[in-house]
Amino acid sequence: MTEEVKMVDIFLMGKRYSVPDTLTILDAMEYAGYTLTRGCGCRAGFCGACATVYRMADDYELKVGLACQAKVEDGMYLAQIPFFPGRKAKFNLEEISPSVAHFAQLYPEVYRCLGCSSCNKVCPQDIDVMQYIAYCQRGDFAKAADISFDCLSCGLCVSRCPANIVHYNAALTARRLYSRYIAKPDPFLKERAKAIREGELDAEIDELVNAANEKLQQLYNDREIEK
Amino acid sequence: MTYTPQLRELMKKVEETRPSRVGVNYPRMTQDERRDVLEKFHPDYIVDGFRELKVGVNKGSRLTNEMADVFEAWSRLRGVDLDLSAEPDYDVDVLIIGGGGAGASAALVAHEAGADVLIATKLRFGDANTVMAQGGIQAADKENDTPAIHYLDVMGGGRLENVPELARALVMDAPLVIKWLEDLGTMFDKKEDGTMVTIHGGGTSRKRMHAARDYTGAEIMRTLRDEVYNKDITVVEFSPAVEVLLDEEGRAAGAVLYNLETEEYQIARAKTVIIATGGSGRLHYRGFPTSNHYGATADGLVMGYRAGAETIYADSIQYHPTGGAYPPQLLGLLVTEKTRGLGATPLNINGEQFVYHLETRDVASSAVIRECEERGLGVPLPTGMTAVWLDSPILELVHGEGTIERQLPAMLRQFLRFGVDIRKEPMLIYPTLHYQNGGLLINENGMTAVENLYVAGEAAGGIHGTNRLMGNSLLDIIVFGRRAGFDAAARIKDIKTPKKLSLEHVEKYHKELEETGAADDRLGPVLLPHYTHR
Repeated sequence: MTEEVKMVDIFLMGKRYSVPDTLTILDAMEYAGYTLTRGCGCRAGFCGACATVYRMADDYELKVGLACQAKVEDGMYLAQIPFFPGRKAKFNLEEISPSVAHFAQLYPEVYRCLGCSSCNKVCPQDIDVMQYIAYCQRGDFAKAADISFDCLSCGLCVSRCPANIVHYNAALTARRLYSRYIAKPDPFLKERAKAIREGELDAEIDELVNAANEKLQQLYNDREIEK
Repeated sequence: MTYTPQLRELMKKVEETRPSRVGVNYPRMTQDERRDVLEKFHPDYIVDGFRELKVGVNKGSRLTNEMADVFEAWSRLRGVDLDLSAEPDYDVDVLIIGGGGAGASAALVAHEAGADVLIATKLRFGDANTVMAQGGIQAADKENDTPAIHYLDVMGGGRLENVPELARALVMDAPLVIKWLEDLGTMFDKKEDGTMVTIHGGGTSRKRMHAARDYTGAEIMRTLRDEVYNKDITVVEFSPAVEVLLDEEGRAAGAVLYNLETEEYQIARAKTVIIATGGSGRLHYRGFPTSNHYGATADGLVMGYRAGAETIYADSIQYHPTGGAYPPQLLGLLVTEKTRGLGATPLNINGEQFVYHLETRDVASSAVIRECEERGLGVPLPTGMTAVWLDSPILELVHGEGTIERQLPAMLRQFLRFGVDIRKEPMLIYPTLHYQNGGLLINENGMTAVENLYVAGEAAGGIHGTNRLMGNSLLDIIVFGRRAGFDAAARIKDIKTPKKLSLEHVEKYHKELEETGAADDRLGPVLLPHYTHR
């Protein structure tokens, strides 16, 4: 019962194409005949490759979306932002600490934030970007890590920031600082890793590796399952 | 409002039958019924979905038609004039093809061992199935667990068809990998005292699934990528390899790269080569949708095979019964197994259940296909395909209001984005292509039968037998990425810069192809899927 397909007009970088209204922006570009290289990744909203900006006819507002996660609409005119330059500060994680001083050396521009909230308005993940930049300024990396976690590094925030902040890289550094120095290391993991390196667990596993398949199947069937 | 009026009309049947289904258990299939539905409808059993490979080292082995098509294909370099004796564009110790979790891990370890490393990748660095893995990563790092217990789960899950040495490497390295990732500042879910939060996955006998919320793979990938940049390792994006280069002795010695933007070929010479190009869901076996990344087109398998690496279980594909079918934006998207686990039931167009909701993945997938194809009781979608309902609203009746928001927040968000409220409206599902169980055969150091040619990640085979457990693929890419990177770097001191670079193996492969009469326009690797949505 394939029903009548409703077509809409969209404008890819100014050029008009008529496409079915059920398609995502990404699919519509392929329908129009594009073979995508840049601007296309996981196609499921995880990778941030397909940041797109668009406007609707007669509307002053600039809108944004991930091309794989947004449907086409009649009159949409759009362009993808497949790449936007953003500086990444290089660091040796073992030689820095989760301090304001170190962070400010890596990303001094976070202190130039004007509080305009442009980043928040364009985030396709609805992250409170400006707030995590504020947490970074204060050295509250635990909070910055927590609220920036769903970031896909699509770069839309960077494209709109009047202070030239590269938010996603600042957030990534904050998360790594938090995870390395503020969250505690797992109390048993180190011991287990040492035991493996020193061969203490070899005998147990080699017995299984050398076991016949019937024996293994039996052990597998009888294995105890943790509740 | 995303369901069309027609779908809303059909949805009424589901609502009508719902009260009568609450608390009623649909019978499980008998062993005979299970075998019957698998043999008739599971894609792995559909004989005409496969054919014997006519060329290469595994000539005569079985592959899906779609994969055989890209194996029995001409090199992209056919008719291209390349000067292999000229000064190469890149000259490194370790060339890594692919920029997902396996490639990044290999790069970091090889770099640390002192090797000069180049990563060449088809799309962006980090564009890979790795970022789409939500569930978690397994490791036996609790006091009630050991690598041996993990090993038993891996082997049993893999139907004992795994290569034992590879399964051993997987589980023994697992705690080391978690420690490595923890030290790199990966944000795992932890308790106050630092203890990793771990849960069960399908087929685990201990709670050993570590997670980073429901972005586990994405969190691992961005951490590794950041570290690769910190170490100033060279990364060339949008430059897939199209062919492995061998030296005069038939050892791997580099690759031909193709710049997707300038359409130029470049030569990368290397002492060792690591293929880390991922899976093949985008070949869409038998027309199935896929949960895979855009780049999953089996490129590394094709190149590695031409160079002489053997395949193992390359015909074994994992289908997941609950892939999104509608709205079209969610086609192929994985609907987490937890949805069925909580009691959501598959229903046909009449709102009737046709399979016990907790049958195994392979049986459930087959039953859905049977309902749509043989019985004609699927729900026709405006997109032209058919699907079945997955009655999610029943969960609110059975477990109480608020269950979905509490237990399935990610799914709720994902469907709401496209106007479907799964608390009130059932989902539409169809099996989706999820994972390539096999690949190119490696040893426990990651090396293939071709000297100095390594494979890591989904492109490698043998680790999981013919069925991989949840949480072992994120583990596999890091374990074998690191092993390949370590061994590749360790060997460079004994390898002299290759005198001669050769594509003779490709010419030889072409001769075999000529005898089979392969179609002229069939090129491999595929590199980019072709979609028209028409």
